[in-house]
Order: sequence, then structure tokens, then C-alpha cells
Amino acid sequence: MSAESLVAQLKTGLDAPICLTWELTYACNLQCVHCLSSSGQRDERELSTDEAKRVLDQLRDLQVFYINIGGGEPMVRRDFFELVEYSVASGIGVKFSTNGAFIDAEKARRLAAMDYLDIQISLDGVDAATNDAVRGAGSYDMAIRAMDNLAAANFGPFKISVVVTRHNVGQLDGFKALADRYGAQLRITRLRPSGRGVDSWDDLHPTNAQQREIYDWLMAHGEHVLTGDSFFHLNALGPSLPGLNMCGAGRVVCLIDPIGDVYACPFVIHDEFRAGNVRDPGGFAKVWKQSDLFASLREPQSAGACASCGAFDACQGGCMAAKFFTGLPLDGPDPECVTGHGETQLATLAATPVAVSLKPRPAMDHTKPPRTPALA
Amino acid sequence: MSTELIAHPLLGVALDLHPQVALRPEPFGALAYHYGNRRLVFLKHPDMVTVARALGQHPTFAGALRASHIDEARWPSFAIAFASLQASDVVVVRVSPEAGDA
Repeated sequence: MSAESLVAQLKTGLDAPICLTWELTYACNLQCVHCLSSSGQRDERELSTDEAKRVLDQLRDLQVFYINIGGGEPMVRRDFFELVEYSVASGIGVKFSTNGAFIDAEKARRLAAMDYLDIQISLDGVDAATNDAVRGAGSYDMAIRAMDNLAAANFGPFKISVVVTRHNVGQLDGFKALADRYGAQLRITRLRPSGRGVDSWDDLHPTNAQQREIYDWLMAHGEHVLTGDSFFHLNALGPSLPGLNMCGAGRVVCLIDPIGDVYACPFVIHDEFRAGNVRDPGGFAKVWKQSDLFASLREPQSAGACASCGAFDACQGGCMAAKFFTGLPLDGPDPECVTGHGETQLATLAATPVAVSLKPRPAMDHTKPPRTPALA
Repeated sequence: MSTELIAHPLLGVALDLHPQVALRPEPFGALAYHYGNRRLVFLKHPDMVTVARALGQHPTFAGALRASHIDEARWPSFAIAFASLQASDVVVVRVSPEAGDA
């Protein structure tokens, strides 16, 4: 079977997801300006320990090989280790994303002792100034301390996870050097206008010239850098980057959010992309296999306005979430379309006053209320 | 079996599925996940899955192909496919060959 026919098969969906993200909580000690889930405060409807274990039982039966745990900050949950241990004991490997705040020396040793566990430390700058502007004051030191603790505990090759922005594109070599210094693996992913990113994307997303830089850098280093296949929209610039050149939403990818809602991907927390809830009869398995939304995403998708563009086969029209939250039609160009079609459409939208209110907002906002400034 | 086919180095070798690899059946064949190196590999034909599952019961890769009723004309392409599975450590050369059927 050729690579194209494999992708054609994957587009019709798999019996179970390959890449399942599970945000365990909306609670977070940080409040990053691009947080895809608008996290901050816990939601009182979050799954209990027992409910979470029943979900893991189903994932085991579906032979989901591993899950990507995130949040919020997943280590905030008091049952974090209990759930991770239950998952691994069920044959489901765990990769979890963390800002590192809770990885002290003792926790690092506990994590290092576990099998089938991968850790991704989020870091969006090679220096505190660049990182903290996005992730909050003190978050750079927090991440470095966690990495030092993991290294001291001989955890092995953890991952450093970077969201590429206008302000850190120039630091890609620096990130690679930092990862190499720790014996870590670098993971870089695309910024989406999701969650609080709806409001920060305009200021943070890479310029068109920087997209070329990212593409060239990945062509040179892609073999040793993880990307979650998130940059496939850049394939219109030349030969394809390593990885599956397709949108996996609802086909090979999905998200379970902290309250058990199942979305097509981690970047579309919005009613329009909610397929069901793990608390529904039949649980996650039924949502994955039978939801109308996922069935429709597994149908052949229309190229729409992109049908006449010679680059469509290469870029596949880009990212559904990026289009949706910038107010662009799903069957048209990505807002970061490398040929500039998306920018033109965004400019047209911006010039149409009514369109501003039509831009979708995320389904929920768990951002913490602003603190009253302390009196001097 | 013909000497011409045995000439592919892998055909005469005893192979096993790596003990840390799990196979999940899918319409196109199967997904293979390696819990050790965390790699996900696609077995792009149901026959590859049958052969992969049979490896451990046979003294050679060729024996597993024959037992899985794979036409000899297809053996060279299976040898190439399984060489790539070997490269990603999904299948490994058996350390101490055990006697299976012929």
C-alpha cells in the first residue's frame, strides 16, 4: 500500500484514536496567554477518580496504546499519580504535558521510577524574558528547575515542548541546543488561535516570512524533532515535511476535556466540534465510533475555495481549528496559508464590521478572575 | 523452497515480534506500537499482520510466510517490508532459535 492510500484509509477513521489527548483539569497555576483550553480555575464538573478510571478501562479495551495528558496543569490533581499508575498498569502509556511547577526532587525520582511514562515540559523561550512574556512571570525558572530535577533523577530523555511564536522563531537553534544539553528531545508545535489564543494569536503567530524559516529549519532538523505533524500547512512551500500530511481531527485524533466532553481535536473546544461526553451511555467508545460529528469528519472533505489552488494536495487546506477561530470558512484557506490567500481573506473579514461579532468564541473560559491589586 | 528465494538474507532468519510491541487490528492491516521506543508503525496489509503474528511459531521467516499461505511470488516484497519492520525494532532476530515446524 502506498503512503497516499494509507492516508486515504486514515481519513476514513480508525477503530480507535492513535493520538488521544486528555485534559485532566482546567485548574492551572499559570495562565499562559495562548492557552488552548483557557485554563485557570478547576471546573466543579470535572471527572472523579472513579469516572476517570472507567474511561481508562474503555481505552484499554479499545487498545489505545498511549494517551497525552494535559490540562490545565495535570499535576494539580491530587489523584494525578493514581491515574497515571492505573493507566500504565492497564497497558496505556502516558505522555504528559506540564509546566514543571510540581516536579521537585522527590516527584522527579517518583516519575523516573515509572515505565511507559513520557514528560513534556512546556517552554516558549530560551530565556526568561521571551518565555515569561507568554507563560507568566517565573515560569521559565520553574521549567528549568523541573528539567534539572528530572536530569538529577536520571529520568532519561524527557521532551521540551515549544509552541512556535513570532517571538521565538529565531530561537529554534537555541531550543535544540538546550534540549541536547539535557539529553532531551525537542518538540515544536504550531500556535493555534484556540482558547485564550483567540485573543493573542494576532500578536503571536509567525509572520509569513517566519513560516519559511520554520519550514527550512524543519527540513534541516525534522528527523530529530517532534512536531505532532502540526505544520503540514507548510508543505505548500516545497517537499513534504516528515509525518502524516493530513488533519487528524475525529479520524485519528480527539480530545477528552476535564468534564468528559469529547472534541474532534485539542484545539476546537467549541460546541460545533463536541461529539459527546464520556458520561453518556456507551461512554467514550460509543462517541468515537458512532457520533454524527466524527462520522461527518471521516467523509471526504470539500476543498472549497482551495480546489483551484495547485498547492492543495500539499497543504490539504491547513488546520480546521485555525480557520474556525479566525472566522474563516472551513473549506477555504488556512489563515496562515503560505501563498497569502488566508491573509487576504482575514483582511476582508476585518474590513467587514459585522464579521467581528461572528467570530466564534471558545465554549468555556476558566480564566481566573483578575486579582485586586494589593494595597501598598 | 527455491535457492533463489532463500537468497534474500531475511528469509532464512528466525524472527520474532518484539516482546514490547502490541498489534491493533485496523481495516487496512494493523497498527504496531512499540512500548520501548514509543514508535508507531503501520502494517499496511492484513497479510502482513497474519505473518507478523505467525513469526514466533516458525524457525524461519520463510516458514512463517509459508504457514500464512503467502504466495512465493510475494515473498520478496514481504522480505523488504519486514526488513523495514526490523529496522524500527518491531520485529527482531530470535536470540536462541527454538524448534518450530518446518
